[in-house]
Amino acid sequence: MKTNYDIVVVGAGPAGSMAARFAAEQGVSVLMLEKDRDVGYPVRCGEAISKAGVEEFIPSDDKWIAAKISKFSFNAPDGSEAIIDFGDAGYVLERRSFDYELARTAAEAGAEILTRAYVNGLLFDDGKVSGVKYEINGEQKEVKAKIVIAADGVESRVGRWAGLETHVDFRDMESAVQITAANIPVDQSTLYFYFGQDVAPNGYFWVFPKGHNKANIGLGVSGLIGKKKSAQSYLDDFMNKHYPNAPVLTKIAGGVPCSITLDKISGPGIMLVGDAARQVNPLSGGGIASGMIGGKIAGTIAGEAIKQNKLDHILTYDKAWNDRLGKRHETFNRIKEGIYNFSDDKFNSIAHSILKIPIEKRTLGKVFTTALINNPSLLVDIAKVFVV
Amino acid sequence: MNYRQAKNGKLMIEILPDKCDFCGCCVGVCPEDAIELKEAEIFIIDERCTNCAKCVWSCPIEVIHFNKEGVLAK
Ligand code: SF4
Ligand code: SF4
Repeated sequence: MKTNYDIVVVGAGPAGSMAARFAAEQGVSVLMLEKDRDVGYPVRCGEAISKAGVEEFIPSDDKWIAAKISKFSFNAPDGSEAIIDFGDAGYVLERRSFDYELARTAAEAGAEILTRAYVNGLLFDDGKVSGVKYEINGEQKEVKAKIVIAADGVESRVGRWAGLETHVDFRDMESAVQITAANIPVDQSTLYFYFGQDVAPNGYFWVFPKGHNKANIGLGVSGLIGKKKSAQSYLDDFMNKHYPNAPVLTKIAGGVPCSITLDKISGPGIMLVGDAARQVNPLSGGGIASGMIGGKIAGTIAGEAIKQNKLDHILTYDKAWNDRLGKRHETFNRIKEGIYNFSDDKFNSIAHSILKIPIEKRTLGKVFTTALINNPSLLVDIAKVFVV
Repeated sequence: MNYRQAKNGKLMIEILPDKCDFCGCCVGVCPEDAIELKEAEIFIIDERCTNCAKCVWSCPIEVIHFNKEGVLAK
């Protein structure tokens, strides 16, 4: 292994892998460091993703598809369930294999990957980030880089060390817990969402099929809620009520920074991508698709900067991200704040009005219109999302 | 609530490392960069911690506790 690279990427999740790949594709030297033993392990979130979101990056493959999704089920606090069919549009991922496959595409593009490398500091040269310090097998090492791309997730510290403001306000941190349970008799092509003060006070509770009657079941709560009752207690309550005897196969904790993108995601010698940059879709809490897009933009710009020997070029990344998704996330964030403040009555009445639409006519557009009749102030924001 | 006397003082935050899932929520919200999380290792750097308890509220699985009596820093 060399001790000097054009680009070092910290973290080998979806965002890091895409940054490494799109940089390496331009023929520059890239090293990606991952603190865990294997890429894709431990799994942090059993996430659903749209088919289009994946296929921008990798062809669909049954290897990492746990379930194919074509319906949403919206469950109101009073127990009414409205099912919305949206066609053949999404997957529940087998995250471990998925992350692994993404990292493989980075390696194929020419990036080197080093696992069990725990990054614990940065190198600076004249105020500019010029590499990272890391620990591997108990030994402290250093590697120089012209550009460091931080893809170190929700617990990101690399950005902080570089002087960017990355700290997550505890109110914006959605701390999530999810179990994978067996014997859950749900439809294998439906994503189930539960709303209401008692189940998920500032978000939604999810039950996502994982094939063979297994399901991922979980929720996230913000620090404000967690102060009073933890995500774990909400999950226990839900399981006792709905599936008291289901065997639990695994349990994972995870955090989603549900806010708008950080003010600054690049600086001299440093770029942030994925959860580390808060590139999460604040409405759904989904970070894979948007993290991959952030990674692609950052990797592409970083590669160009090296090739043109114009390191300042990386500062154009903020604008490129905002134009592609950042601005849209601001709108999503406002919609989220609207929806998460809905009362139980409002959720109930939305479900009842959806149920009045015949199932074959329940398109997402119709459902949104129905939801909006209950909350017209959201109309302007939603119109912006769908019109532009 | 004001627990801000503990930089260099008594650490009142306790992590149960056996139960931790190393998800990183606490690290992300810690304003003092006082939590170190490696592959399967987590600890609080007591010289930095201010006992603000934000990590306690953000832990989804109740692995961090607040102990008014203080705990011994390991
Ligand atoms: S109590 Fe506050 S300062 Fe101490 S580790 Fe937790 S979040 Fe950090
Ligand atoms: S939030 Fe809880 S489970 Fe997650 S790393 Fe911190 S102590 Fe461990």
